Amino acid sequence: MKEFLSNRIAATGLAMLMVVIAIALFAPWISPQNPYDLGKLDLMDSRLEPGGKYLLGTDGQGRDMLSAIFYGLRVSLLVGAASGVIALTLGGLLGVLAAYVGGRFESILMRIVDIQLGFPAILVALILIAVLGKGVDKIIFALVCVQWAYYARTARSAALVERGKEYMEAARGLGLSRTRIVLKHLLPNASPPLIVVGTVQVAHAIALEATLSFLGLGLPATEPSLGLLIANGYEYLLSGKYWISMYPGVALLLTILAINLVGDQLRDQLNPRLSRA
Amino acid sequence: MFFHAGNENQRPLSPSPVLELSNVSKRFSKRLDAVEKFARRLGADVPEHTVHAVDRVSFGVARGEVVGLVGESGCGKSTLGRLACGLIEPSEGQVLYKGQRPAGTQRPQMIFQDPFASLNPRMRVEEIIGEAPVVHGFVSRSELKNYVSEMLEQVGLDPSYRRRYPHQFSGGQRARIGIARALAVKPDFLVCDEAVAALDVSIQAQVLNLFMDLRENLGLTYLFISHDLGVVRHLAQRVVVMYLGRVVESAPAAELFAAPNHPYTRALLAEVPRLERKRREFAPIKGEIPSPLAPPAGCHFHPRCPHATERCAREAPVLREIAPGRLSACHLNG
Amino acid sequence: MLEIENLVTEFATRDGIARAVNDVSFELKPKEILGVVGESGSGKSVLGYSMIGLVDPPGRVVSGSVRFEGRELIGLPEEEMRALRGKRIAMIFQDPMMTLNPVLSIETQMVETVFAHESFDRAKARKICLENLELVGIASPERRLKQYPHEFSGGMRQRVAIAIALLHRPALIIADEPTTALDVTVQGQILYEMQRLVRETGAALVWITHDLSVVAGFADSVAVMYAGRIVENGRTEDVLHSPRHPYTRSLLDSVPANNIGQVRLRQIPGMTPSLARLPAGCSFRERCGHADAQCSSMPEMKTSVRCHHPLC
Ligand SMILES: Nc1ncnc2c1ncn2[C@@H]1O[C@H](COP(=O)(O)OP(=O)(O)O)[C@@H](O)[C@H]1O
Ligand SMILES: Nc1ncnc2c1ncn2[C@@H]1O[C@H](COP(=O)(O)OP(=O)(O)O)[C@@H](O)[C@H]1O
Ligand code: SF4
Ligand SMILES: [Mg+2]
Ligand SMILES: [Mg+2]
Repeated sequence: MKEFLSNRIAATGLAMLMVVIAIALFAPWISPQNPYDLGKLDLMDSRLEPGGKYLLGTDGQGRDMLSAIFYGLRVSLLVGAASGVIALTLGGLLGVLAAYVGGRFESILMRIVDIQLGFPAILVALILIAVLGKGVDKIIFALVCVQWAYYARTARSAALVERGKEYMEAARGLGLSRTRIVLKHLLPNASPPLIVVGTVQVAHAIALEATLSFLGLGLPATEPSLGLLIANGYEYLLSGKYWISMYPGVALLLTILAINLVGDQLRDQLNPRLSRA
Repeated sequence: MFFHAGNENQRPLSPSPVLELSNVSKRFSKRLDAVEKFARRLGADVPEHTVHAVDRVSFGVARGEVVGLVGESGCGKSTLGRLACGLIEPSEGQVLYKGQRPAGTQRPQMIFQDPFASLNPRMRVEEIIGEAPVVHGFVSRSELKNYVSEMLEQVGLDPSYRRRYPHQFSGGQRARIGIARALAVKPDFLVCDEAVAALDVSIQAQVLNLFMDLRENLGLTYLFISHDLGVVRHLAQRVVVMYLGRVVESAPAAELFAAPNHPYTRALLAEVPRLERKRREFAPIKGEIPSPLAPPAGCHFHPRCPHATERCAREAPVLREIAPGRLSACHLNG
Repeated sequence: MLEIENLVTEFATRDGIARAVNDVSFELKPKEILGVVGESGSGKSVLGYSMIGLVDPPGRVVSGSVRFEGRELIGLPEEEMRALRGKRIAMIFQDPMMTLNPVLSIETQMVETVFAHESFDRAKARKICLENLELVGIASPERRLKQYPHEFSGGMRQRVAIAIALLHRPALIIADEPTTALDVTVQGQILYEMQRLVRETGAALVWITHDLSVVAGFADSVAVMYAGRIVENGRTEDVLHSPRHPYTRSLLDSVPANNIGQVRLRQIPGMTPSLARLPAGCSFRERCGHADAQCSSMPEMKTSVRCHHPLC
């Protein structure tokens, strides 16, 4: 941790991420208004410029952009984090198991991974959403489907390296069970690279969700994420009402940047993890 | 220790060997990759690569004995050690530990070479040492702390190190933790695979002394694998020499070092750096150990042997008794 | 030909300043082999790097002088140093892959090394390469020249690395544990050939090793390092058969081959201290059986031993 903070850029990234997470968590309490309570919206206030009563202006329905962004962040982060955690758990376990069990299980699984990674993520997600329909749960499912393969591949290669080490052989020699060896010895040692991949992937997932929402395929309009907010403002961009699109865009950019900064530092720190001895 | 030499000389010298290998072979085949498999299907002549890591080895180790196993790298020492511990199954022949296949906690424990790689970096010392005894019910959770302290003291480490992680120790201390982990499941037999090779001379001396003490205090039996003949000479009562998967000579340590019989053993001893040496003026042994993928026919050693005859290239010599308790596999012995 | 005086190299570490090479002095003549022995962390490699200007930050040569063929190397501009390195001074590492590039053929690498300092035509460069491969005992050099490093065994790779080091007939070769990872049989062959090469080419050789028995019968003289300092040096026979520093004595006593027959080895008490936290006075004081009050001041190097109470 100390080491982490000694890198100024990483520390900034971490601080930014904390702020973003805090905003997402406390959105209902810190937002000036509830952007989805249609009763509170005043159509007279639509498309107001930033400044004045509304710090970041309002959108076409007179909704306060700041509040909309706070709520949007909440949805974006939820989708990114939930899909990331599920994909990491699933992919990580499958990958480690593939490395340990080997044989046919491994070859079939890795073929699937190869095929999966051969398609562009956006395409797979688009098809899945088209089939499944809209909804937070559906988009999380779609994002898990496109992401698990990255985790599985990373976990497998990390586990293959660890499996060849002498402590694994020692564990077998001590008569420990297979389950125990996989869960207590192999998994913890194969996971640091997963965490690094995880941060990058969460950023990807958020961006992917934004893209889908932007295309109108992601979340229903009742739960707008940052992507949907950007899409909503898009039509006004040409008429000079930049703020409706731009501020959600900036929020998205900063979020992804923060996650990536933290991820980079994590990678540097976890990689030579034994050299710190 | 006793040997089955060829087939006629099955004369156990010790009535009840703790560890008994009979005609044990271990082959590894390199899996063909997709391209090679495809080429084969098209009828191309792509050989399956098979390594005879261990080739029909038989010997036994008696209770309380220290047997040294020496040979150049790649000759199959570690594979033999793993077979003895039941970490891998033999391709042929059988390995018996106290009359049964080594399994569970009824098996020799292995002490590894690399003091870094042999400890799980994410576990505390307490867990590294205590995990197996708890799982196997040797100690209850409540006794664990005392048990781990006891194990640490036994290998000369301060019990207060219990809560530390492996990276907080020096190489010598890590080696001791590895030994404590093995001792925690109460083995009678340790297989030490290059257990001191990675340590500095002064640390090596400490760990070798520890092995001797443990032997005295706990009545342990050892199979001591090392490429360092100095170490083996110091510790072992009996020495087995391997070359390309086969045993070429075995003898009581004193006799082997005083009068090696097999030309390979002689060459090996001649190369050992010695402190009392004046000048390195002799011509060294020819060539390098050949690839185990394609070992020479006949006696594996014949391309490098100064005494090789035409028969050596043709016919593999059997391991035969050349004097009481001494075996050698060389045509020179008639 | 080579004179090193009071060389000091420091590393800025988290725990403080670590003097990896501390007040080291010695001399070397052509055709001479000096064995530098010591346990890991005693500063052997850093000494080697300091001599040829390869100490990387956080390390720094702080003071002292390295005079080679009449020139002072400390403070020499990097360009001039590079011109010397590989030509007049060569280094061989424990891992031959420090010298070899895995994706280039041996021929490409060797010929390029020739061209780095000479402007021969290709045919002549190739001939030199072949000669050198033969010199280090590589059979059928024509065929071997076309191969890639991965087609060679560990021992053969090290030979190729040595052949490359010899290409320009350096006056000084620094070898850092080149046989440590090899089998005794291969080590024996390489030691034998190095001895012959030194005799034939007239180079001086610094052979760094942690193994005392390697220098026996190989090196003309030995320098024993402990915690960055040379604590004893002298002719090999003298140092190995009548060591005068308590550390050398203990080290020799702990070699298993010197204790045949299952007796306990004499072991040095305690552990090697961290370079950043050495005891005041003699660094070996806390582990030495002969230490007294006088030892809390640093002993000078007198009659080739750095000890207040040298053994006779
Ligand atoms: N798991 C394995 N897969 C394939 N080949 C192996 C395996 N383990 C060992 N070998 C091969 O078996 C031979 C003997 O290896 P090993 O027992 O490690 O020798 P040593 O310990 O004497 O150096 C070597 O040629 C090695 O490449
Ligand atoms: N890159 C480095 N950074 C920090 N300290 C170093 C570095 N390289 C060497 N040292 C210090 O120099 C000491 C001697 O190292 P080295 O010369 O490699 O020892 P040897 O070769 O004798 O094993 C080490 O104990 C360490 O304290
Ligand atoms: S100076 Fe003193 S402490 Fe150091 S080695 Fe000599 S006698 Fe021992
Ligand atoms: Mg081995
Ligand atoms: Mg070194």
